[in-house]
Amino acid sequence: MSIPQLLVHDREDNVGVVVVEDLTAGTEMLCVVTADNSDFRLTAKADIPIGHKVALKPLKAGDTVIKYGEDIGRMIGDAEVGGHVHTQNCKTKRW
Amino acid sequence: MALDFSTATVKAWRRENGRVGVRNHVLILPVDDISNAACEAVANNVKGTMALPHAYGRLQFGEDLELHFRTIIGTGANPNVAAVVVIGIEPEWTKVIVDGIAKTGKPVTGFSIEQKGDFETIRQASWKAKEYVHWASELQKEDCPVSDLWISTKCGESDTTTGLSSCPTVGNMYDKLLPQGIYGCFGETSEITGAEHICETRAANPETAAKFKAIWKAYQDDVIEAFKTSDLSDSQPTKGNILGGLTTIEEKAMGNLEKIGRTSTYIDAIGPAETPEKGPGLYFMDSSSAAAECVTLMAAGGYVIHTFPTGQGNVVGNPIVPVIKISGNPRTLRTMSEHIDVDVTGVLTREMTIDQAGDSLIEMIMRTANGRLTAAEALGHREFSMTKLYRSA
Repeated sequence: MSIPQLLVHDREDNVGVVVVEDLTAGTEMLCVVTADNSDFRLTAKADIPIGHKVALKPLKAGDTVIKYGEDIGRMIGDAEVGGHVHTQNCKTKRW
Repeated sequence: MALDFSTATVKAWRRENGRVGVRNHVLILPVDDISNAACEAVANNVKGTMALPHAYGRLQFGEDLELHFRTIIGTGANPNVAAVVVIGIEPEWTKVIVDGIAKTGKPVTGFSIEQKGDFETIRQASWKAKEYVHWASELQKEDCPVSDLWISTKCGESDTTTGLSSCPTVGNMYDKLLPQGIYGCFGETSEITGAEHICETRAANPETAAKFKAIWKAYQDDVIEAFKTSDLSDSQPTKGNILGGLTTIEEKAMGNLEKIGRTSTYIDAIGPAETPEKGPGLYFMDSSSAAAECVTLMAAGGYVIHTFPTGQGNVVGNPIVPVIKISGNPRTLRTMSEHIDVDVTGVLTREMTIDQAGDSLIEMIMRTANGRLTAAEALGHREFSMTKLYRSA
């Protein structure tokens, strides 16, 4: 298998993680779900740094972000599919 | 080829109390901050010794003083230490430390400065330190089973790659070595927040789960709620975590908890710097998530090797415990590889399985136990950081 640009922990997740440097907008990413090794393709909508998250589904403010199959916080802004999810549009529910 | 860890041995030092140490330090240990100068002078006089200067030890009281004593005594008692010279400003607390370390059976002598001054204290302590160095340097290593190792873990400068690669690598190591009879330890109380419900389910029994939950809740109530600022002033996640792509404490906690593997359960939840007392197995230790503080507490608890996953590149070390750094972030391996002992970038490129990554970590643990200096040791990282619970009197 060629080297993936995006890894997803769990099939239920609505975000994945960029695992390569210098990913640019428009890249058709090979995405692998680590839980079962399944894969799919997704186009990055922005230049997204290594380690940062990408929306796998359209996310709206108030939506719960799922990673590891678990609740990791809530959206405080929107993200389109392939868009960047981080502190500008996502926040903890804890403090 | 699958490695067989049940019969694997390392060359290490068997101490007076039966514990196995992988380093052979002679420490010059200050009871308090104002004895640092004398300790450093002794360590300068006598090569092969190491002074551990620190910031505290005066006017502490109650639980905070108990933690201070436990940390200093535990550091001296650690099996990576052959012998200890203790120096304090006055004799009584110095004796508390000496008596605590002496329970291990290892050589330890205390000196106090009042009524003598630094010069005379340094003279007397230097003679004792020299005697200890000659004695310790002739101690021979012997074959010790890997199952006699106490291996702790804590991650730092985490990012999203740690949860995908380096943390599950440590988890895989624990899933393989805990059944062989090692002692394991994880902690970082604040950093379990967001995954505390999952951590609770990983306790071996309901009593341990309740003990963990009580420790976690006390931290929430006494520290977080008491001093809360927005996002903990960007301390959890840290600025480094956020640069690495971690957005929330829940996300960080989920990655953090990958360190305890898939099958392991913890058999007790213990206080900071406490020594495990329920036999071989995995322990949760109430501890800060700050790297140097946490490693210092686990070393004081008796752990002899520390496994440290990092994403963005934490550079921490410890004076007495080798800290093995594991990273899967290709940028970190490209820009600061001098700090990394185990490269698991192959996990992200899908060229290495977690099982293979776990084996490579175990191999590095054995090499480290046999004497290989870690990156942190080679680079002189000796962070010795006390945890303080509240202001001194």
